[in-house]
Amino acid sequence: MDDLVAGLLAGKVRPLAKAITVVENDRPGKRELLKKIYPQTGNAYLLGITGPPGAGKSTLTDKVIVKLRQQGKTVGVIAVDPSSPFSGGAILGDRIRMQQHALDDGVFIRSMATRSHLGGLSKSAVDVIHLMDAAGKDVIIIETVGVGQDEVDIVRIAKTTVVVMVPGLGDSVQIAKAGVMEIADVFAVNKADRDGSDKLISELRAMLDMVKNKEKPEIFRTIAVDDTGIDELVQGIYAHGDRVLETGLLRKKIVEIAESELRAYLLDTIMERSTNMASYEDVVKRVADKKITPMDGVDEIFIGLGLQKQN
Amino acid sequence: MSCTENKARLAERQEQWQGMVDKALARFPERKEAFATTSDIEMKRLFTPADVEAIDYNDEVGFPGEFPFTRGVQPTMYRARFWTMRQYAGFGSAKQTNERYRYLLDQGQTGLSVAFDLPTQIGYDSDHELSDGEVGKVGVAIDSLADMEILFDQIALDKVSTSMTINAPAAVLLAMYIAVAEKQGVSSEKLRGTIQNDVLKEYFARGTYIFPPQPSMKIITDIFSYCKDNLPNWNTISISGYHIREAGSSAVQEVAFTLADGLAYVDAAVKTGLDVDVFAKRLSFFFNVHNNFLEEVAKFRAARRLWAKLMKERFGAKKASSMMMRFHTQTAGCSLTAQQPDNNVVRVTMQALAAVLGGTNSLHTNSRDEALCLPTEDSVRIALRTQQIIAHESGVADTIDPLAGSYMVESMTSEIEAKALEYINKIDGLGGVVKAIEAGYMQQEIGDSAYAYQKSIETAEQVIVGVNKFTIEEAAPENLLRIKKEMEIEQLESLKAMKGKRDAAAVAASLKELRQVAESGDNLLPIIVSAVKTYATLGEVCGVLREVFGEYTEA
Amino acid sequence: MDKKIKVLVAKPGLDGHDRGAKVVSRALRDAGMEVIYTGIRQTPEQIVATAVQEDVDSIGLSCLSGAHNKLFPKVVDLLKEKGAEDVLVFGGGIIPDEDIPGLKEAGIAEIFLPGTSTEDTIAFIKNNVTQA
Repeated sequence: MDDLVAGLLAGKVRPLAKAITVVENDRPGKRELLKKIYPQTGNAYLLGITGPPGAGKSTLTDKVIVKLRQQGKTVGVIAVDPSSPFSGGAILGDRIRMQQHALDDGVFIRSMATRSHLGGLSKSAVDVIHLMDAAGKDVIIIETVGVGQDEVDIVRIAKTTVVVMVPGLGDSVQIAKAGVMEIADVFAVNKADRDGSDKLISELRAMLDMVKNKEKPEIFRTIAVDDTGIDELVQGIYAHGDRVLETGLLRKKIVEIAESELRAYLLDTIMERSTNMASYEDVVKRVADKKITPMDGVDEIFIGLGLQKQN
Repeated sequence: MSCTENKARLAERQEQWQGMVDKALARFPERKEAFATTSDIEMKRLFTPADVEAIDYNDEVGFPGEFPFTRGVQPTMYRARFWTMRQYAGFGSAKQTNERYRYLLDQGQTGLSVAFDLPTQIGYDSDHELSDGEVGKVGVAIDSLADMEILFDQIALDKVSTSMTINAPAAVLLAMYIAVAEKQGVSSEKLRGTIQNDVLKEYFARGTYIFPPQPSMKIITDIFSYCKDNLPNWNTISISGYHIREAGSSAVQEVAFTLADGLAYVDAAVKTGLDVDVFAKRLSFFFNVHNNFLEEVAKFRAARRLWAKLMKERFGAKKASSMMMRFHTQTAGCSLTAQQPDNNVVRVTMQALAAVLGGTNSLHTNSRDEALCLPTEDSVRIALRTQQIIAHESGVADTIDPLAGSYMVESMTSEIEAKALEYINKIDGLGGVVKAIEAGYMQQEIGDSAYAYQKSIETAEQVIVGVNKFTIEEAAPENLLRIKKEMEIEQLESLKAMKGKRDAAAVAASLKELRQVAESGDNLLPIIVSAVKTYATLGEVCGVLREVFGEYTEA
Repeated sequence: MDKKIKVLVAKPGLDGHDRGAKVVSRALRDAGMEVIYTGIRQTPEQIVATAVQEDVDSIGLSCLSGAHNKLFPKVVDLLKEKGAEDVLVFGGGIIPDEDIPGLKEAGIAEIFLPGTSTEDTIAFIKNNVTQA
């Protein structure tokens, strides 16, 4: 474990990769690992890139990596793809478009499947972010399809979230869906050479006008395949990051993240300890048989755990 | 009896027969609950005149050599001349391949077909780091004009027609061919042959792309334009469904995606100002022929008819030659089995027969050992003999399109045409082939079909003789053709020696000019022809173009 | 809890025939594995760097061009160099029988020839991966 932590903190590839597996698979030692690296986190710029399938997120991510590397920044990428609801397996293909960075020591890419268990992805993804952060990555990009609460939760914790849109995918519906209006800090209208991009942008503007109490996100036109508009997008991302810092929003965000992490672990810990109790099944049974109320059941479990019962 | 009476009688008799069928089914159920082709087209128990009632013979079937060419593109078809027997060959060095070509011509083959190795197809010289291990493996290694001179040594280029399976660097290999001919004293207008030059399918089915779609389309239209003026007998493109099928598509997808590519090329050429009735006659096609015999025959007929209609309707083509689809066919490589390889001779025979009954203009028959390695000389001879036996002994070439009028074949022809057109309309809706490739549409469709086919084999719903049924214990096959390790080293040495002898200043000057032309947007062919004559290598020429045009990465 | 098996399916070399690689990827997914597919034209260096970052349990190499004797052993050698020799490497493609002993000696655990059922590949991976 100490070797793993030392290697990770020194920015070595294989220890980081192994540490991610520990976290992702909930292996023994996870807690100790996170505890050791936690003080070394908090330095990376966390960038979320989200949008519907077919929007060109991976290609855009690839081009953004190129710019960041030109600026001398090291980059971690978490590329999320959905697990099959039938088999639990997944094909993780986002890397195809980023393989030009495979031999660059300054870029670490990790594919993750959603594994479709409640709350699971966002929690382990946050832990993976911590590991990459501790390993010294300057920017961590999390790329994910913006559907499902889990995935929205992940991008919500990013310092800056880019929502990628593309003309011709049932535009206005697409905008209204998945709460992207509230999570977007910057919009990238990709494949902007296509018919319908002007219309998409004006629809976006119209919808943004209706959203109150939030800074209006900037909209950038990009054509990721031929590198058009990427410089401007990266500048726009940093400009947003600066504003977050100036307005004190960053501190608020950090607290929010800490709170949501804490909540996730709290729930997990209580659940784990409860279900490990011998009397747990019996409590469930009695609730099912209407002998006691669920609230009574909680009291019994809390007492069993040595906690005070609720008032 | 009147027509209505006839129809009524048919319906009545069919009903009676259905009664018999029901009784038979009660006693003996059929082998499967439903029968379907690879394209998921229902194979009915019986086809009758009712199935072809809606097909107007004059409009939809017609006569050979006439629109819509369902029955073939020539008025007399194989009664005048058999299809061209053209075996795809190439391996190792130019010298080895030249020997194989001269053997094949001696054996009665009527055209050459060049297989290039992967570095050549992707525009790398043999000494490029990515070429390591690939030199001479799936075809012949060509680095410069010097190799091309050896490849066609003692083969008179005014007497033979040559097909080259080359796509992204097609302009460079064509330029070398022109230069070799010139050295033989053969002027370019006498050259006959084909370059594949079909880059679109590389992006979604075959993988040997170099440049992004836009500059690739530009190089292709440059070739159209150059050949129109300089190589009037050259087929400037071979729009290929073969590889789409090999990648796992169904027969309908093969027709649809190939024709969609064809429409994109015609569209691009028309947009550069070329007259459709001038260049379209030099377009040719290339299909696969797979196991489902009747579906395959119908597929060829449907493809010809659909293309003729599309050229007329969409581009206003006026000349018959602009609407007629001429095509080469190759038996399906993916249908060959490594188990009991001699069985492949039988598969290839039936596939070849389907291609002939479908009216192919030229044909390659695979060798029995190709699921194991490159074909040996013995295997190649049997494959060629298969075509010769069909041509000379079977009698099927003595009358034109003999399966026309079969209720089943005519019905299937119409069905394939309709389903392919549906796909083409879908691709149009996505913004055309290039947008559809970027969206991964064809890749997904082909992947779905390939996976479904694999599953049908694993569940033995689809029997493959010798693989999932009728298997035997077999000894490892012997006498396979291997490329010797020394070949790669020799190729590297000869490349190095050639570079030492050529006029370095002339090479540098021509590459500089090439860059200027590429940046200017002028036609690239003249400068590529003069560059290869200075012995600038394929990798050097493609390297300059890579710098100017960029490289494509997989979508 | 039963841990997910992670497999990298890779196509080394210049060969663009990805039908087999894609079919195998889908079959492994349907068997509950997580498959990383990196596309065609990958160098052994890229494949190994990817395998290390993704911390995969196994790598499946597909090559139909005849370059397997150079490319497959190189992947194994590079894995050793990176200290990742515990990764199970298998291969498939048009590979002559006589090459198989040499490839196995070089550290390729198994070679699957044309006509292999995906079930066999799945069973092989499940029986042979070592999950640290």
